[in-house]
Amino acid sequence: MKDFEYAAPQSESELLELLSPVANHTELLAGGTDLVGLMKSMVVQPERVVNLMEVDSLRQFGPLDDGRLQIGATVSLDEILEHPYLGNYPALTQAIAGINSMQLQSQGTIGGEVCQRPQCWFFRNGRGLLAENGKASTNGDNRYHAIFANQGSAKFVSSSRTAPALIALGATARVIGPHTDEVKFIPVAELFRAPGHEGQREMTLAPNQVLTHLVLPPAGDTLSATYEVRQSEGPDFPLAAASVVLRMKNGIVEDARVVLGQVAPTPWVSNEAAEWLIGRSVNERDAERAGEFAVSCATPLDNNNYKVQLAKVSVKRAILLAAGLETGGM
Amino acid sequence: MANVEYSWPARDKANVIGKDRTRLDGIEKSTGAAKYTYDVNFDNQLIAVALGCPYGHCQIKAIDIKEAAKSPGVVHIKVFEPVGREVHWEGELLAVVAAESEGAAAAAVDKIKVKYDKLDVFTDDEDLEGAKEAGRTASAGGKIVTQREPGDDDDEDEFVEEELERLFKESAHVVEGYYGIDVISHCCMEPHGVTVMWKDGKMLAYLSTQRVAGNAGDLGKPFDLTADDVEVRCDHIGGGFGSKFPADYWTIAACEISKETGRPVKFMLTRDQELKIAGNRPSGYLKGRLGADKEGNVVVWDSEHWGTSGMVGAGVSHKQIPYVLVPPNYRRKATRIRTNAGAQRAWRAPNHPQGCAMSQTAYDDLAAKMGADSYDIFMKNIRLAQGAPPEVYIEEMKIAAKMMDWKAKWHKHGKGPKKGSVREGLGMALHTWGGGANASICQLRIHPDGGVESFCATQDLGTGTRTICAQVLAETFGLRVQDVRVNIGSSKYPASGASGGSTTVGAVSESHRRAAQDALANINEKVAAKLECKPEELEAVDGRIQVSGKPDKSLSWKQACGLLGLESLEVTASHKRGAKSPLSSETVGGVQMAHAEVDIETGVVKVKKFVAVQDIGLVMNPLLARSQVYGSVIMGITYALFEQRILDSQTGAFINAEMSNYRLPRVGDIGDIDVHFYEPESERSRGVVGLGEPPVISPGAAVSNAVCNALGVRVPVLPMTPQRVLEALQKAGRI
Repeated sequence: MKDFEYAAPQSESELLELLSPVANHTELLAGGTDLVGLMKSMVVQPERVVNLMEVDSLRQFGPLDDGRLQIGATVSLDEILEHPYLGNYPALTQAIAGINSMQLQSQGTIGGEVCQRPQCWFFRNGRGLLAENGKASTNGDNRYHAIFANQGSAKFVSSSRTAPALIALGATARVIGPHTDEVKFIPVAELFRAPGHEGQREMTLAPNQVLTHLVLPPAGDTLSATYEVRQSEGPDFPLAAASVVLRMKNGIVEDARVVLGQVAPTPWVSNEAAEWLIGRSVNERDAERAGEFAVSCATPLDNNNYKVQLAKVSVKRAILLAAGLETGGM
Repeated sequence: MANVEYSWPARDKANVIGKDRTRLDGIEKSTGAAKYTYDVNFDNQLIAVALGCPYGHCQIKAIDIKEAAKSPGVVHIKVFEPVGREVHWEGELLAVVAAESEGAAAAAVDKIKVKYDKLDVFTDDEDLEGAKEAGRTASAGGKIVTQREPGDDDDEDEFVEEELERLFKESAHVVEGYYGIDVISHCCMEPHGVTVMWKDGKMLAYLSTQRVAGNAGDLGKPFDLTADDVEVRCDHIGGGFGSKFPADYWTIAACEISKETGRPVKFMLTRDQELKIAGNRPSGYLKGRLGADKEGNVVVWDSEHWGTSGMVGAGVSHKQIPYVLVPPNYRRKATRIRTNAGAQRAWRAPNHPQGCAMSQTAYDDLAAKMGADSYDIFMKNIRLAQGAPPEVYIEEMKIAAKMMDWKAKWHKHGKGPKKGSVREGLGMALHTWGGGANASICQLRIHPDGGVESFCATQDLGTGTRTICAQVLAETFGLRVQDVRVNIGSSKYPASGASGGSTTVGAVSESHRRAAQDALANINEKVAAKLECKPEELEAVDGRIQVSGKPDKSLSWKQACGLLGLESLEVTASHKRGAKSPLSSETVGGVQMAHAEVDIETGVVKVKKFVAVQDIGLVMNPLLARSQVYGSVIMGITYALFEQRILDSQTGAFINAEMSNYRLPRVGDIGDIDVHFYEPESERSRGVVGLGEPPVISPGAAVSNAVCNALGVRVPVLPMTPQRVLEALQKAGRI
């Protein structure tokens, strides 16, 4: 690990003052479960590390007056898992439960989970986020890489486990900066992008902007679920995942959102699958059909065709799980 | 002193051996008090961090350490690879920085500037044709055996060809198959490394090693020291599995830097270096045919296999093909492939797990082809067993089948009940291993106050060696294990063999029992004089030496030792490797069965239940022995389903050399493991045989066979990842 300056601001305004507009100069530290490893392996080498954990506002967690639920970026994953309000958002709690590691859940934060860097082994071996403009992953082993939106240089997959659920649930992100009084709310999906060149990160935030809170709309009577295909019971990343939110009336789907994880450089919203569901009842055949729609435009690389099947099954099982039906599997 | 007849007490007379006993160092280990090499820190020590080569094949054009040398906290830099040298695998250490802290050393490593000329890499060890084209193959031997012999006028090659064809033609069932098993890394929890200091021209090295005694000389040699000037210590070790025998070049470098700087040096490999350069198990991929008569008796085998052990070494030995069940006619041929990857090291039961996974799968495919029960096909062919006697396997198979409830659960391959997308299946395999006792010397001191202490330069790999030594002494003297002091893990003690090949429990049982029986004979002579009886009438039980069966005619152990007078009794006893002995033996069998379930929509495999039946002669401590089998089975399920070295075909980089993508199972993936030791008197009377290797051999084949039974489709190569399961189903037209 390279030497770095360390700062622990107490407020949002102090925090913003410590951030540099220069890319890669400053890294934000919350639980540290991802950042510290990246720093030890010298994949990221910040000049300054700014600890978010002492900023009180980032720990806010509870309902707002309008019925929305606010979760501060440094709220730990296990706090969310255990919180009674979250019972209405199973897509989110199932995604957190799937992390399968007490250590990651108690140390990791929701903000860090959303903003974690991709697991791509080329990136983690110091070959760059785009891994030589995509050549390393096109020519090398791409079994865990993207099956959607992989025509550009970015072939990695977005690693966040909770982002697909947050997007499906319609969450917004509170973002501050670059200026001290600047605050905006954006849909969580807009935090992510497939970078076009090595100077860009996979998040749209500027180096001196910070995700401070996530805000969930009232769950109402929506049904939701996350299904991940994981090889093991351990904390390994899933091979494919899907989060689904359904609004039902009289057994018929009125509205649906389907978001896949681990399949594209960003969480992957499938309008095709959602549209198929609307106006139908939920049953295994239609859920399977939705899965097929979800992967109809997949473009697997030479060694990850199997992920198309896994993505399809994830969608099917997430729909069935949301509807309280048998998902199959073990 | 009377001639001592070395022996173990009968089953009904044994009080300590053969009984469950938790590890003596269990509390120390579970509370973190036990000090591993990684935990040892000396005052004023330097921390060394190394730079690994980022390419699988390159030539070093220049190394510039000027900036690194100026980096804060740097005390010493050593360059391993001279300019101009060709490096053949990624991770090979090029230079090492010793600095005041790990961070300072790592920061300086990042400042070392190296110019490389990248050269072509070859990484695909499964691709035999590609390897041939790239000039990367060489013969690794083979063997041909036929029952019929060529006539005087026959050309031998032609005869073999014709004879094998005849046998296959006459076979009622012919299985043609492809089977494989990828390279895995040893992945020791504690990486390789050393903490070393010099004092007055002598060296003290805490080394993470499976070979305490032998490494003293090896560490001293580069410095013109003899073994007496070096002390190698290893009190606890976090895994070795066959990879921690030698005095590695990084260890020697640490010793060198310590000598030159006059300061202690700690040099442990990083996780990625541990996976890349500190040992791996060769891969094997086999294409073969097996022919059987109409009842399923296998009569002929013909195979070629290939694989890699890196740039050097021969890959998986042809001698383990086909494995255990060797028909009367066979031809086997092995080819090694040189890949740009770190060199192999011995991995638990070298060659056996691969041999088992590449050939006992074919026996299972025979059952599938015949629509027969796999158990019946293995049983039918058990007469072909090499290693343990067929009757041992037969009994073990019967026990295992009962534990698994095999007959009730069995269904034909691919014909089991469908539970949604989940299919279940059973598979079995069997194995053999030598496990004879290594050489060992034990020095034993009995003090006049009753104190007992032993000294032996063996090492406890975490298997409970320390506890076994204490059990042997306690049993012999009629004491409790906590009454004796066992000293191991220092090269200053009398030599004992390296811990590898399942040789340690035999080694220390031999030396400690001999020393203890010798000492007891000496004490008994004195006690006999005192009690006015014959020494042979005496027995040591419950902390006393007494006339057999007469506690009222006895001395306490302390009183008995008091008869030694002022001087402690010192006894040294030894065992030579290969010497015939009533205390130990070699060669075991073993049968394992797996019950697996597979989700055919996701390709995910889980083991529900695993049964391991094992003979090891006399079981010294069933609790520790079971524990060792649990570990073996977990390690076996791991290489069957998860573990895999993945090399980047472009650079030769080992791209999953960390723990997030070098996948290992967790408790929930393992299922229930049931262990049984087959220990009738015929086994127990053979004495001690080692256990480290045998139970890790069969899981690959057993789990593969269970998956095949579930699906009716062979997933040919281990590990059986979801990707491979789905691809096999797709190839078979099942999805």
